[in-house]
Order: sequence, then C-alpha cells, then structure tokens
Amino acid sequence: MTAPQEPGSNPRRAFIAAAGAGVAGLGFTAIAPGLHLMAVGQADAAEVRKAGSAASPAVRWGLLIDAGKCAPGCTKCIDACHTENGVSEKLPDPRQNSQWIRKIELVDRRDGRKTELPMMCQHCANPPCVDVCPTGASMKRADGIVLVDRHTCIGCRYCMMACPYKARSLVHVPLTEQNPEVPRGQGCVESCTLCVHRVDRGQTPACVESCPEGAMLFGDLNDPSSAIAKRIASVPTTQVRSDLRLNQGVRYQGL
Amino acid sequence: MKLLRILATLLFAAIAVSPAPTFAGEGGRTAKPVIEIANPGKCVAPVDEMRRNHMEMLKHQRDRTMRQGIRGEPASLNACIECHASKKTGSVLGSNENFCQSCHSYAAVKLDCWDCHQPKAGFKATGVKP
Ligand code: SF4
Ligand code: SF4
Repeated sequence: MTAPQEPGSNPRRAFIAAAGAGVAGLGFTAIAPGLHLMAVGQADAAEVRKAGSAASPAVRWGLLIDAGKCAPGCTKCIDACHTENGVSEKLPDPRQNSQWIRKIELVDRRDGRKTELPMMCQHCANPPCVDVCPTGASMKRADGIVLVDRHTCIGCRYCMMACPYKARSLVHVPLTEQNPEVPRGQGCVESCTLCVHRVDRGQTPACVESCPEGAMLFGDLNDPSSAIAKRIASVPTTQVRSDLRLNQGVRYQGL
Repeated sequence: MKLLRILATLLFAAIAVSPAPTFAGEGGRTAKPVIEIANPGKCVAPVDEMRRNHMEMLKHQRDRTMRQGIRGEPASLNACIECHASKKTGSVLGSNENFCQSCHSYAAVKLDCWDCHQPKAGFKATGVKP
C-alpha cells in the first residue's frame, strides 16, 4: 500500500506528536464553505497514459496554489469540482455535506490582512489517513494521488480523524446522481481525487481549469522541466503545516 | 463468493434452457428473468463466460484500475452499461426487465455496485453550488 518514500521525507511516526496539535494549530480563524477554483491555461497538462499501463512512481502529481491571486468570495473552483465529481446532495444539516474542496480565509490578527485560499486533500507523501486505515482502503497511488478505495472502505472514519487538513467527508445519504466516472455512495469516506479520472486521460483537475485568476497550477513535481517544478524552484512556496512533515503534493504561494 | 458462484451458475443454467426469456412457456409455473439487451452481439467475451465470470472480471479490473491506475481495460462496468442499459429507461436497473436487475433479482443475489456506480448510460451530473 505504501509507495517508496521520497528522499528527505520523514518517517511517518515523526508527525504523530505534532498531529496532536491538530487543526487548531493551523491558525485559520475562519472557514468559509464557499470557494472557487483557480486554474489557468496549463502549459503542461498530464500526458495521456497508454491504455493498460499503470500509474508511474516516476511521476508525482501536485498542485501549486497562489493565494495572492485567489479572488475573495469567488467559488468557481468549488462549483467546478462539484459538477465534475457529481457532488449534488444538499443535506438538512449542511455540516454533513461532502467537501472535496473548500475556501478558507486567513486573518492576520495583528493587522487584519485577509487571505483566501482553496483547501483540499493535500496528497501527502506520508499520508496519516493511509497509516490509520484498518482495511487498506485509504491508499496512495504510485504517482502520489491519495484515494479511498470504496470497495474496501467500511466508513469507520479513522482517516477523517487522522487528516490534519479536514480533507475527508463521509457520505451520509444514498446517492443517485453520480457521474459515471466518479462513483460515490453512502457509508464511504471520500476526498479530493485530484480528478484522477481526468489526469489519467491527460487533462488537468477541474478546479485548475475553472479558476479565472489562474491561481492554480497542476503538474508533475518530479519533472524539472514542468511549469510547476520550475515555479517551485524559483519562488518561495509553503506546504501548510510543514512541521508535520507529511510532504504534501499541494503547495501554496503567497501565504 | 462461492455461494454467489453457485447461485450464478444455477441461474445461468436456468437461462440456458429457456432461450425465449419470458415466463417458462405459457402456463409454466416458474418465472424466468426477462433480459433486455439494447446492443446485442458486441460483448467482450462469449455469453457463457460472461454469465459465469462477469463478477470476477469486474472485480479484478476494478482493483487494477483503482489501485494501479490502469485504464482502458475491456472489462469495465461503464462499458457494460453502454450496451446493456434499457432503451426504455436508459438504465440497467429500475424494473425486472432491466439487464442487471433481471438476473440478480431472479437469483436473489444482492447488487451492491449501483450504491456507488451510476446505472444510467450517458448520465451527466450537475453538482450543486456550495
Ligand atoms: S491531506 Fe488528509 S486525506 Fe489528503 S493525503 Fe493528507 S492526510 Fe490523507
Ligand atoms: S473510513 Fe474507510 S478509508 Fe477511512 S480509515 Fe475507515 S475504512 Fe479506511
């Protein structure tokens, strides 16, 4: 279940103590359920993998999100995600709605400066959600995409507890409006798949494509010639709660 | 799984002896599944093999696709739907004449696939605003 660790990444145990600090330690003062996607014309869309070939460990898919470009109040990326992934249920208790991606507002308490950013599964290289899963349903694919195999998920929600980013949701009700490429249903946990079905046919995630500000960049972190790797090599970027040493595939700029 | 196999084999044996799939002859006492196939003759494997092994084929394919990211295999639930969805309802479920439901209700084998998978051909989800 575990892909090879990347050089420089820490053993998984190291984060456990830190994880106790939990989400409260993130310093986020407000979580806005609205959101948008950010995408721009992507120069390096994923290459179409040949039918019959497996995801390659030579690739590591990642996202770079420029919080400086993310427009306040915009929810285009969330809308695009929900349409793409068929997230159509609206429950009486909105806290039970699935959130594959959400908008977060950071407020610097000293000067009141506000920053908005989209937050979703960070596709950790050392994912705690995979560590804790009792059935092996929570898994990391060879190319770094973290997924839930719903065929084996028993809905125990350990992974929801373990994830420091609140990235996972449980589906509470029977569903009928699934997109054929994105099966989902009651009793299983789910989270952002990095639009794995689109990536596998050479497209970028729906959020990336939908962002009018071009705030999101998708690509192969392992390929030094990709736009995302070049940007990460040239501007300061952060992994949220990098102290947990999960080595997330989603990075932020302008935080 | 073994039980499922036995049931499936029994079921298919039953279908095999009744080529006109309706009630077993007018006046017959045993109901037979009514199978509607929208696009016959294009299956990925011969009928006998599909009847006995479709669940194994789909299970192995699903694990390869899900875990290793292998796409484009011949066995695919979505591809099943494309041919087998009813012309009337657009779905493999809904009435006992629709492809999956007809045999499975006849054999009393529970269908879990459609709790998560979309049973309608060409369905496009819309999603909601947050
Ligand atoms: S962000 Fe959460 S759900 Fe995503 S890989 Fe990391 S621990 Fe798992
Ligand atoms: S809810 Fe599912 S994926 Fe999460 S830990 Fe439990 S079995 Fe694993």
